[in-house]
Amino acid sequence: MATDVSTAPATGVVRLLGRKSVRHSVQIGVSAVIIAIGAIVTLIPLAWMLSTSVKSNGEVFLVPIRWIPSKIVLSTYVQATQTIPFLIYAVNSAHITLLVVIGTVVSSSLVAFAFARLRARGRDLMFLALLSTMMLPAEVTLVPTYLIFKALGWVDTYNPLIVPSYFADAFSVFLLRQFYMTIPLELDDAAKIDGSGYTGIYWRIILPLSKPALATVAIFAFFNSWNSFEGPLIYLNTMTKYTIPVGLNFFLTEHGSTPWNQMMAASVMAMIPCLIVFFFAQRTFIQGTVLTGLKG
Amino acid sequence: MARIANARSSPRRGSLARREELAFYLFASPWLIGFIIWIAGPMVISLLLSFADYDIITPPSFSGLDNYVQLLTNDDLVWQSLKVTGLYSLGAIPLGLITAFVLALLMNQKVRGIAGFRTIYYMPAVIAGVPVALLWMWILNPDFGILNNALAFVGITGPKWLFSESWVIPAFVLMSLWTIGAPMIIYLAGLQGIPQHLYEAAELDGAGPWSKFTHVTIPMITPIIFFNAIIGVIGSFQIFTPAYVMTNGGPANASLFYGLYLYNNAFRYFKMGYASALAWLMFFIILALSLLVVRSSPYWVYYEGGRGDGGI
Repeated sequence: MATDVSTAPATGVVRLLGRKSVRHSVQIGVSAVIIAIGAIVTLIPLAWMLSTSVKSNGEVFLVPIRWIPSKIVLSTYVQATQTIPFLIYAVNSAHITLLVVIGTVVSSSLVAFAFARLRARGRDLMFLALLSTMMLPAEVTLVPTYLIFKALGWVDTYNPLIVPSYFADAFSVFLLRQFYMTIPLELDDAAKIDGSGYTGIYWRIILPLSKPALATVAIFAFFNSWNSFEGPLIYLNTMTKYTIPVGLNFFLTEHGSTPWNQMMAASVMAMIPCLIVFFFAQRTFIQGTVLTGLKG
Repeated sequence: MARIANARSSPRRGSLARREELAFYLFASPWLIGFIIWIAGPMVISLLLSFADYDIITPPSFSGLDNYVQLLTNDDLVWQSLKVTGLYSLGAIPLGLITAFVLALLMNQKVRGIAGFRTIYYMPAVIAGVPVALLWMWILNPDFGILNNALAFVGITGPKWLFSESWVIPAFVLMSLWTIGAPMIIYLAGLQGIPQHLYEAAELDGAGPWSKFTHVTIPMITPIIFFNAIIGVIGSFQIFTPAYVMTNGGPANASLFYGLYLYNNAFRYFKMGYASALAWLMFFIILALSLLVVRSSPYWVYYEGGRGDGGI
């Protein structure tokens, strides 16, 4: 930038550019400061959570707040896993989430292939129906779905939480379809000449080329399932079958005086898988958010 | 020869199309079956149930319009939950929209380290649910929470937040502002998608920064604002987890969100018919509000190329 300005032939232009760039850099500086303050404000709750999670019982209720505890007590994490059977909940959550991720990715990618590549009468109408289900509040189907699962004898099993994911998720289908449409049709034709049927095109052309989109769908399914609360709350009755969110809530309701340090420790542990996935896949994640938010 | 080929090709093409159609139905079958089992079927059942009394133990009995009459004329809690949801929406949606948009504008200025900031702002959105609810209960704790301690630091005695009938909704609004990372990223992408030549053209016409903002940026970004507004309305009606975990509707029903009241009717009082009627009322309110936003959109949403038919 600076060299550009100095090599400009006319001094008038230099002055103009110079003044403009000074104003511009002041503007950027002010923006950067505001953004940084906002980022700190965003991080404070998390920092406070971490700080609370390593405090002794006494220091939790100290006013004014001591940010760095006089003694870092890591045993709160161990206590938290004893107050509630955290490890069992973690295994349960992992079990459900893994099966939901597989179900969502497999079923949604098949359905998206149909909508992106195969012609059939009424297809556009069906796609419109699919899009409109994204706007349908889940509460409308909440009661009947519960009654169906009850009739099937599935209450207090993981089936109500897992099985629906094998019937494709509208958001995922939409996202994958948009992605599949960007894959050139010539590739399909080439595969057809090589003797591939539709299954071959799906398996050998579409799937290998849409790994980023499939990853996005998998990640969103992971977050939704890992964090979901209302479903497990409704369907699971046996304590040993609880997932982490339901278990954490149990923490709150079962204790007269809330052990905040343990609760923050358990919350940190609950968040760790999400944060790890987020840091490794944030590009994918952010692109997915943009893609679904900007209506393709 | 040519005739034979012709005669053969026509039914063959027909069978090819039929094969493709068959393949479509096979590939789409998970969704098609799912649509019937998890969407269409339950919607029909829900509609029927809304005209019945059903407590799960005794078989459902037809009760005509009783549920609807009850919820519209004889249930103060319906109005209370609509009020709570409405007040929260009026606070959280515009505030969230403005904050997210301003942040996106700031971040769109080639500030250094933008990727890092983006990560930080987005982070709260990925840890949604119960852990966040617990964290905010602790933040909002009147005596030991960080918020009131910070307020005390500047000489303000903080309110009781979740324990106060008048401060519980502002507390939820405040909490919602912590997770504006997702809409912020959507706005940022929208801003980055505005063609540079529009700004250059405006500059040639002598536009300053402010009129470039009002005449280029704002019109180009309205479709996204529009999308986020609809999503926001639907989202407020579905708030459940924070309300259930943090206050369970209290104090004195001051945070009885609609989604929570519906859950209570279904799974605490086992009034399945009444809960279904509540769900349909919610469905029509959301539909009406969405239509209102869509209908009003020609007045304030700008679609490039002049198409006014911007569905989702």
